[in-house]
Amino acid sequence: MNNRLKVLRAERNWSQADLAERLDVSRQSVNAIETGKYDPSLPLAFRISDLFGLPIEDIFQRGE
Amino acid sequence: MTCKKNNPAVRRYTIRLAVLMSAYVGLLIFSKLMFKHGYAHGVLAYGLALLPAFPIIGVVWAVMRLLVEQTDEYLRMLMVRQTLFATGFTLVITSVREWLQNFDLISSEDGGFGATFFWFVGLGIGGAINALLERRGRNAE
Repeated sequence: MNNRLKVLRAERNWSQADLAERLDVSRQSVNAIETGKYDPSLPLAFRISDLFGLPIEDIFQRGE
Repeated sequence: MTCKKNNPAVRRYTIRLAVLMSAYVGLLIFSKLMFKHGYAHGVLAYGLALLPAFPIIGVVWAVMRLLVEQTDEYLRMLMVRQTLFATGFTLVITSVREWLQNFDLISSEDGGFGATFFWFVGLGIGGAINALLERRGRNAE
């Protein structure tokens, strides 16, 4: 799965630690999601979606 | 475990581990002394022999509680991978040893290195693998 998390975070001038704090997860989690090492669960994807005020499909896209 | 040190679940695990390992050392010394001085007879001997095993069982419980209490899903996934590695590692080592013993190629004694010992070794190796993969991920940022 691909995602625009890094771009959306950069647009807001947030560090990975800032985003992690807002999502109540570890910085490791944010890094793993951004680099595509880990696909978040649906509840976490909804939290990310709510935080950025965007639909999930605008943040996460199907990868090959 | 590959986790943030200020993570509440990890903090609780660390405290439990310190208490259990201290209990293990204390109970081991106590049991050894009781046997050495000839106080271990009958049912009491069984109880004394099992005393050091309880904190070790407690450590296994503490690891499982950490899995339950960890709220960060990615860190939990890393821990699951680590414990699965430890379980697989233990099964491989003990299977190899068992078959070498079955054909009398090695002693049937385990020299005090039972399955739990190898599980903890596997947990350590699994943690090191997690840390290595995490470092590689950070370098790829």
